[in-house]
Amino acid sequence: MTPSAGSVWGVHDLTVRYGHRLALDGVSLRVPSRQVTAVVGGDGSGKSTLLRTLAGAVRPVSGSVDRPLARRIGYVSATSGVYTDLTVDENIIFVARAYGLHEGLPARIAALLERAGLSSARGRLAGKLSGGMRQKLAFVLAVLAEPELLILDEPTTGVDPVSRSEIWRLIADAAARGAAIALATTYLDEAERAAQVLVLDRGRALLAGPPDEVAAALPGALCDLPPAQVTADLAPPSWRNGSMRRVWVPGGALPTGAAAVQPRLADAVIVACLQAEVSASASAGSAA
Amino acid sequence: MWAIAVKEFLQLRRDRRTVAMLLLLPFVFLIVFGYAANFDVKSVRAVVVGPFAAQAAAVLPKVFDVVATRPADGRAQAVDSLRRGEAVVAIVTPSSLSGKPQLLVDGTEFFAARAAQVAVASAPSTSAAGRLVGSVKPQILFNPELRTSVIMIPGLLGLILVFIGTIATALGVVRERQAGTMEQLAVMPFRPRDVFLGKIAPYLLLAAVDMAVVVAAGLLVFNVPFRGSVLAFALGAVLFLFVTLGIGVLISTVSQTQGQAIQLAMMTLLPQILLSGFIFPLYSIAAGIRWIGYVLPLTYFVRIARGIMVRGAPVSSLWFSFLMLAVLGTLVFSLSVLRFRRDLAPAGRSRTSPAISAGEESPPRPDASAGAAS
Repeated sequence: MTPSAGSVWGVHDLTVRYGHRLALDGVSLRVPSRQVTAVVGGDGSGKSTLLRTLAGAVRPVSGSVDRPLARRIGYVSATSGVYTDLTVDENIIFVARAYGLHEGLPARIAALLERAGLSSARGRLAGKLSGGMRQKLAFVLAVLAEPELLILDEPTTGVDPVSRSEIWRLIADAAARGAAIALATTYLDEAERAAQVLVLDRGRALLAGPPDEVAAALPGALCDLPPAQVTADLAPPSWRNGSMRRVWVPGGALPTGAAAVQPRLADAVIVACLQAEVSASASAGSAA
Repeated sequence: MWAIAVKEFLQLRRDRRTVAMLLLLPFVFLIVFGYAANFDVKSVRAVVVGPFAAQAAAVLPKVFDVVATRPADGRAQAVDSLRRGEAVVAIVTPSSLSGKPQLLVDGTEFFAARAAQVAVASAPSTSAAGRLVGSVKPQILFNPELRTSVIMIPGLLGLILVFIGTIATALGVVRERQAGTMEQLAVMPFRPRDVFLGKIAPYLLLAAVDMAVVVAAGLLVFNVPFRGSVLAFALGAVLFLFVTLGIGVLISTVSQTQGQAIQLAMMTLLPQILLSGFIFPLYSIAAGIRWIGYVLPLTYFVRIARGIMVRGAPVSSLWFSFLMLAVLGTLVFSLSVLRFRRDLAPAGRSRTSPAISAGEESPPRPDASAGAAS
């Protein structure tokens, strides 16, 4: 069975609590087929919780979740989820049995392992693979049953650059075959490759949309200044950008002589997080 | 040194189970060895049969607790009483006043048998009890040489099943959670019961193989008799495994690490070893803590194993032990399945949840608001 065309999965107005802690607060996410939808945010922002809820591993307090049946979902957890004490082949056979796959299985396994560069590692214990190889194995397991919805929780975290690009090639392949892909990442350059991006901060959605539109919607103006020129009044909304400091001027009036630079997704995310932090501090101050 | 000591205290403060174990264990040992570890038998259940049963029952040494007096019965019925575990001692009175009574003792009740022997031997020859049984040589049935191995090996079988059922199962499930693969299983197309049964099946098989090996070793190496029904014994073992596997899964659902699982498993193992009658006779344990033994599954398996293997007891005489294992098994297993389900189907695999819609059940509704879920 191949993924059905035109499906849109996702969550709407989702709230998740772990005990008294609010992990997600009214978050919505659309995951259309044939696209990669990236969820970005810092540690504890709620990325994993959102994907785990979409996968069915977490029960929300409120909101709706649209997902295919379990056998049409592929999931790579943040810990990769492969059995380290089984070989590559044994891991694959376990998943094939779980999903009841029989037809053309050997050829499909061989093709997937070839694409993932794991053909020569079939007899190796998954625990003995490098981090990148293990992540690729996790990806192979997730796409073995040709899922309609592929959920990847930080599939490239801690992976070397070569393996990262290989994993992204596999992700692109899966999207081209029709899968709807929801992917969490802390790498904003990876998020820029996605068709849609959702930025989370402390369980709340800060920004959403295509990466270039999110970047273009950044209010105010940006410029790059040498660190020595960043004066005290400009200092708070500035961050390192190579050897320069990128300065955000909310009003749009740049310092004399400074040239405006085109905002990127990373700039939009940083500004949104700064604004959220200011807003949270103000709320805490007024509450006190 | 001070920095490390402070760090250890901080870590210990957060490891409540270890602290609880460190603080509770001395009390547990104090109670167990103070009240439970008692080889002194103050009361031995006895049946008295034969024409002069009533008269004999009236003059028996005080240690004998006469549970039945049956003038119409003979030696065969007395042996049957011991086989069924109704009593530990049977006194068969002679057909005439000039005859000598017979004193039959159940050899599977080591300490009670010894107490009976001592009571008979020490009865003053001038007393009525002494005149009745003083010169009688007790006949030890089922385990004539009072060999410890005959008594211990059937109980040891239970201990092995507890070990595999509880510790191995708990570790197997916790390992899955610790490795992060439990979450993977939760989102795979498995029903919770598939995962549950799939996880415990290998341990069930291992336990069955282990049990067969220990039974064979007991029979061939230690000459432990197997007088009863193999099927009845197998039924008891399956029921007992049912409970221990359930305890193992239950422990796994409340443990995040293998260390925690082992700690909890040891906490369930220790009372079973000490308070089940495996080592110390249950009737010698102080009444205040004896009740703990009655809620431990090993108590009933030890009764079944010793009864069937050594005495050849029929199922009908052990029905209460079978029933208790079935009740305990149902309780523990149900609780463990419920908790296991919570881990494996947190999002409610049932497709009726208001917060969830599954694609092939309803058309995709990415923007549909289903409102608050329960």
